[in-house]
Amino acid sequence: MANDDIHPVAKGQSRGFSLDYAPAPESASVVSIADEYGLFIDGEFAEPESGELFATVSPATEERLSMVASGGVGDVDRAVGAARRAYDGVWGPMPGRERAKYLFRIARQLQERAREFAVLETLDGGKPIKESRDVDIPLAAAHFFYYAGWADKLEYAFPGRDVAPRGVAGQIIPWNFPMMMLAWKVAPALAAGNTVVLKPAETTPLTALLFARLLQDVGLPPGVVNIVTGAGPTGEALVDHPGVDKLAFTGSTAVGKRIQKVALARGVPVTLELGGKAAHIVFEDAAIDQAVEGVINGIYFNQGHVCCAGSRLLVQESIAESFVDRLKRRLATVRVGDPLDKNTDVGAINSSRQLARITELVEVGVAEGAELYQPDCGLPDRGFFFRPTILSHVEQTHRIAREEVFGPVLSVLTFRTPEEAVAKANNTPYGLSAGIWTEKGSKILWMADRLDAGIVWANTYNQFDPASPFGGYKESGFGREGGMHGLAPYLSAAPTGGRS
Amino acid sequence: MTSELDPIASPSGFTPRSTGGIGLWVTPVDEVAIEARARTFTTRSIKKTSKRAALELAISCIDLTTLEGMDTPGRVSALCRKAITPDPADPSLPSTAAVCVYPSMVPSAAAFTAGSSVRVASVAGAFPSGMSSLEVRLADIRDAVAAGADEIDIVIGRGDFFTGRYGRVFDDIVAAKEACGPAHLKVILETGELGTYDQIRRASMLAMAAGADFIKTSTGKVARNATMPIALCMAEAIRDYVEQTGEIVGLKVAGGIRTAKQAWHYLVLINETLGPDWLTPDRFRIGASSLLNDALLAIRKLDTGRYSGPDYVSID
Repeated sequence: MANDDIHPVAKGQSRGFSLDYAPAPESASVVSIADEYGLFIDGEFAEPESGELFATVSPATEERLSMVASGGVGDVDRAVGAARRAYDGVWGPMPGRERAKYLFRIARQLQERAREFAVLETLDGGKPIKESRDVDIPLAAAHFFYYAGWADKLEYAFPGRDVAPRGVAGQIIPWNFPMMMLAWKVAPALAAGNTVVLKPAETTPLTALLFARLLQDVGLPPGVVNIVTGAGPTGEALVDHPGVDKLAFTGSTAVGKRIQKVALARGVPVTLELGGKAAHIVFEDAAIDQAVEGVINGIYFNQGHVCCAGSRLLVQESIAESFVDRLKRRLATVRVGDPLDKNTDVGAINSSRQLARITELVEVGVAEGAELYQPDCGLPDRGFFFRPTILSHVEQTHRIAREEVFGPVLSVLTFRTPEEAVAKANNTPYGLSAGIWTEKGSKILWMADRLDAGIVWANTYNQFDPASPFGGYKESGFGREGGMHGLAPYLSAAPTGGRS
Repeated sequence: MTSELDPIASPSGFTPRSTGGIGLWVTPVDEVAIEARARTFTTRSIKKTSKRAALELAISCIDLTTLEGMDTPGRVSALCRKAITPDPADPSLPSTAAVCVYPSMVPSAAAFTAGSSVRVASVAGAFPSGMSSLEVRLADIRDAVAAGADEIDIVIGRGDFFTGRYGRVFDDIVAAKEACGPAHLKVILETGELGTYDQIRRASMLAMAAGADFIKTSTGKVARNATMPIALCMAEAIRDYVEQTGEIVGLKVAGGIRTAKQAWHYLVLINETLGPDWLTPDRFRIGASSLLNDALLAIRKLDTGRYSGPDYVSID
């Protein structure tokens, strides 16, 4: 009789079976990276006037991947000039249905070459391959498909209004979702009939430069999209250029404020998508195990380098202890390491500078009295890595509860009533996103009504779709990207017949 | 027997005997999110030695099953041989955990497995519908145990469950557990008929509170069998139950698991949800018939580097 009683087995006693996952690295051989890249101006790669180059490194290995041109004032001027000529000569007069063909072609090419783009995105930026493969690149392609559909239907998007493109759009994008941000900016601008000068982030320029090659392959007329790489001064040159008719920026709130000042002085319309300090609110009547997953994905997705990351967990006090225990247990199975490995959940921090900032803020959090939890996971010897972190017993007054960390760090606060949850959630200068977990529909609606956030997710988090507008309130910026709303900033509208 | 719980006073809570009257807390389940999480377990890479060890573990967790009206002692004999020595060419491979048969086949199964580590499991209690009186179901269980069954698989009364008579479902399981005597009790929820993950979670907590040693997904006799999200839902319920009571309960997935690849997806699910402590036949079972041969072929592929045809393993 086989009846060894299974009940009294002590909790946690090990039976000795360990299911080891093998490394499954995606091959980097699908990409070929040049030793040097010039600026993409007027359909060609060109040397920067200054001849200056800067290095872009792989944050996972700290190895140099390539040298990239640093664009100066003169380079930006050439790019804006090329964009102007393309706008006046080709792209502006082109019928929408013809523009759409180019956009569809770009979208299809992105899909065809998705693997190449995904691997390069991961090499240059450090994000896990499963994210660049399953999220970044498919969403970038989806944005081009979506806006391709609008290009010949602009008059239907804004009934009763005569719409016209603005001209040359100057666009500056961040390093956290390089291709996705490129698509969010370039696709609606082109669909609306504008031409573009784009500045990618200095730590992640490579996919934008691969995109430039893709544009050559699809035969986009020269000058319609120009890509000027460089650091802050390059961006400033673009913002200051009098030939730019429309500015769009995604990045930090500090830089966003400076851009807004310049744009206001010159009367140039501007769209800003800035920082965030999102509250992720979990009620006791939520689907708890799925809420744990949601909170984990909400903060550790893309190493927390997400402006809408759910960095402040507000959990109802009645379940706080048990919920944090569950988070810790789940965090212990999160896999940190080689971003090219398909099993990796959390990859490399984008730069040494960002790593230093995260480290500093966590140290401040602990000094202020927060309780630190980090899983006992090994980290690679080289590269910029940071253990996913939970800081519990955080109070509203702590810096860690107020400042954007932009890293894999979750601050845990508690609340007692829905009113208190709303008050704490809104008690931040930011207003980009929020998450609500409860099985009670009426409470979701009540909360969503009161949260000062551009995006509110209910029983899910970090869901993006080209048809859905994205953007913030307060110091998280203004203007919307995605959806029909995302077209508006790239068009000037006048009542029908009102345009002279 | 009087009910220990009042379904009106605690519509979503159940009172296990061990907690001395403190109700269990049953959390809701979000369908979209649990299915998304379940998908992630299918993308882990397991290779070489780890893969072979996982395949051996999967074999050792199988309840090798035949549940046909046409079963005979001859058929059961073949099944038992296979369970004891899955691959005569490789005697190092483990036996399966058990053979699973109808009660009338228990005497044969007990005789053919005597002296081996393979246990005899029997479905009982008016399997697969459970639609008989309690007396008849209990007699069925006692009969199977008396004939030599080490483990009993029963199915919950879905009629009572759907009409909200949780107390009756609970009491029936308590009675079945008593009728089992020394035999282990596996309680089948028949998840394919329960409709929602919320109901599966609730039924899991109820069965565990009433004394189930294992909770099991399906009879294999309805259209919808075990799926990864359902197994995840039940594993999360077990995790909660263990946390709240300290009692250990096992999980059995059954129906539709035919390939080695599916089996290790389930092992990954168990590993990441309940932890390595559950990667043992004492706490995890797979009810299957054709899975065993696929696992044997996969092991041969690992050992020799070549695929061999289906005729190189025995059809039983």
